[in-house]
Amino acid sequence: MSGGPSVRAGPEGAAERAAGTSGDSAQGAGRRGRPPAHPYFAGTDEEKARGLFQLVGEDGAAHPLVDAMPRALARDLYRGMVRIRVIDARMMALQRQGRIGFYGEALGQEAAVVGSAAATQPEDWLVPALREAGAGLYRGMPLDAYVAQIFGNDRDVSRGRQMPCHPCDRDTNYVVMSSCVASQIPHAVGIAHAMTVEGRGGRMCIGYMGDGGTSTSDFHAALNFAGVLQAPVVLACQNNQWAISTPGEAQTAAETIALKGLGYGLESLRVDGNDVMAVYVATRYAAQKARAGGGPTFLEFLTYRVSAHSSSDDPSRYRDETITEAWRTRRDPIQRARALLEGRGWLSPSEDDALWAELEEEIRAAVGVHERAGQPALDSLFEDVYEQPTWLLREQRELLNAKGA
Amino acid sequence: MATMNIIQAVNSALHIEMARESKVVVLGEDVGKFGGVFRATSGLYDQFGPDRVIDTPLAEGGIIGSAIGMALYGMRPVPEIQFADFIFPAFDQIVNELAKFRYRSGGQYPCPVVIRTPYGGGIRGGHYHSQSPESMFAHVAGLQVVIPSTPADAKGLLLSCLRQNDPVLFMEPKRIYRAARGEVDEGDTTIPLGKANVVREGEHCTLIAYGAMLSVIEEAANKAAEQGIRCEVIDLRTLVPFDVETLIASVKKTGRAVVVHEAPRTCGYGAELVASICERAMEYLEAPIQRVTGFDTPFPYVLEHEYLPNADRVLGAVRETLEW
Repeated sequence: MSGGPSVRAGPEGAAERAAGTSGDSAQGAGRRGRPPAHPYFAGTDEEKARGLFQLVGEDGAAHPLVDAMPRALARDLYRGMVRIRVIDARMMALQRQGRIGFYGEALGQEAAVVGSAAATQPEDWLVPALREAGAGLYRGMPLDAYVAQIFGNDRDVSRGRQMPCHPCDRDTNYVVMSSCVASQIPHAVGIAHAMTVEGRGGRMCIGYMGDGGTSTSDFHAALNFAGVLQAPVVLACQNNQWAISTPGEAQTAAETIALKGLGYGLESLRVDGNDVMAVYVATRYAAQKARAGGGPTFLEFLTYRVSAHSSSDDPSRYRDETITEAWRTRRDPIQRARALLEGRGWLSPSEDDALWAELEEEIRAAVGVHERAGQPALDSLFEDVYEQPTWLLREQRELLNAKGA
Repeated sequence: MATMNIIQAVNSALHIEMARESKVVVLGEDVGKFGGVFRATSGLYDQFGPDRVIDTPLAEGGIIGSAIGMALYGMRPVPEIQFADFIFPAFDQIVNELAKFRYRSGGQYPCPVVIRTPYGGGIRGGHYHSQSPESMFAHVAGLQVVIPSTPADAKGLLLSCLRQNDPVLFMEPKRIYRAARGEVDEGDTTIPLGKANVVREGEHCTLIAYGAMLSVIEEAANKAAEQGIRCEVIDLRTLVPFDVETLIASVKKTGRAVVVHEAPRTCGYGAELVASICERAMEYLEAPIQRVTGFDTPFPYVLEHEYLPNADRVLGAVRETLEW
């Protein structure tokens, strides 16, 4: 099954990125992590943490930095976003039909997911939260691996041990997600520090969290350790403004989430999370800075959870969905990117139609394969607890097998 | 061979392994320049530098969380939690993350972190410097729990922990950190995990303990011997996975057993030992197995020696099994 855009597998823009010809000129930044040539980056630390970095407005007006963006990269970003939307729509439908147990979609947040993933390199590491599977897919995690995990079948590398939306792909340095909110970001800092200890340089780790995660003790520990260790890490918060039913103002009295990062001594940028170009450029800056030994960066991607928290949630019970509707229509990241691409002649309506059709077929085929695959073997219950099963596990396995016989 | 205490033995193991394996990283509060509040990491900072011997901010969740990240990347972190009483802010990281990474990644992300932490009472430390939380961790799938009682075991078991690929909670009995002295191989000698040590053979009653309680059951065995009662003394060494075969072989011989730990009684680790022995050797038992433990109270300050098991309480339990 063919993958989508991928830093590993070589999509349209990969050759250009590998050759170092993209992005750099577009944002006026070299590999040393010089800030992009945009007035936002001329601000003070506090101005950056309170402001909002945007390259493409809701009206489609683009900053000149976008003019230098390679066509192929822009198309890759767009394709990556559409791919998530198509997969998510399919999975939500399967969940409603009772064919999968659970799903958490990234509807309306595709720009934050894809724009940040596109700024990573293959040797970088990615530590996801719930809504970053699309980042893994963009980096080359096989769609088969993702869908197999959702079905928990015998082709799932983690063998059906977790709920859907917990994929894992060692080949692309995609760490398996934990449902425990923000527990993963200290891991991102540790991974990044290990890169420093290893002394190889030139790589970094990006760790994601949501706005709810910024209330946890792990958030505090992670940002504090990142600052003290000066780890090559990018900590990215998708502020979708809702933690299940809890709105941002009930989560923190801080004026912005980016200001929290500043409190730990991290350069903290606040970015329009629905502007894929801005997300890409900001993350690319932070990633290059980390790789060059410039230390950690905190990113707040301001976005909106247009959908429910998960397939188990009903937001109409606790929020004003007319606000959601405004985000769904006027601020949709895919519409904004499509208008930009079409306006520049980088994408025709017929190409767009073909893209959606191709991606719908891709996920339809994957579901066809994985829905029919078998259940993990009974013995897999006892494997991977330790490298080798202890005598206790061997005894319990024999007991289960005897009862099953 | 050299005479060492447990601190020196732990320190020796860390020196050997850090020199041998560049992936070993030590981190924790005060472990670097200061060498640890108990001096267990003394000298490591000077020899291996600040990237590999890391003085961290004061946050147990951050210490274990960042250690997990380092292990995912391929390092072998050895975080120190200054007192086991302070491990609970890291409980989620240990239970839900560290112990589960191999399983939930289908073996793609093993997590070989060895957490060292001093535990136990008898040092006038009050509730927050005296607890024995081993059973809370022994209940966690994916974790191993190891507790040495002698300097030689501390070094040999720690080296073994550092050379296998799964997470371990390595609990050090701080009451006997310096009091327990013994001959230790200065070189590179390991002691296998999962193997108990029959410290003394006897045919009347089996005494089982680990960590600082080992010296208590040895003292009880001495007192029993004065009365003509020959006890078999077993040092468990590894709690998960424990050496059931050695326990069963002993109980089949003696027909009686006393299990001793300083943690509270209810759902303490002794309960697992009693159940396992009963499941496998019920027909050999001449009397119910006795437990001598701490009480189901918070760990006290002034009355800590009344709380802790001692040789007389153990001896009383031995007599119970003989007179039943």
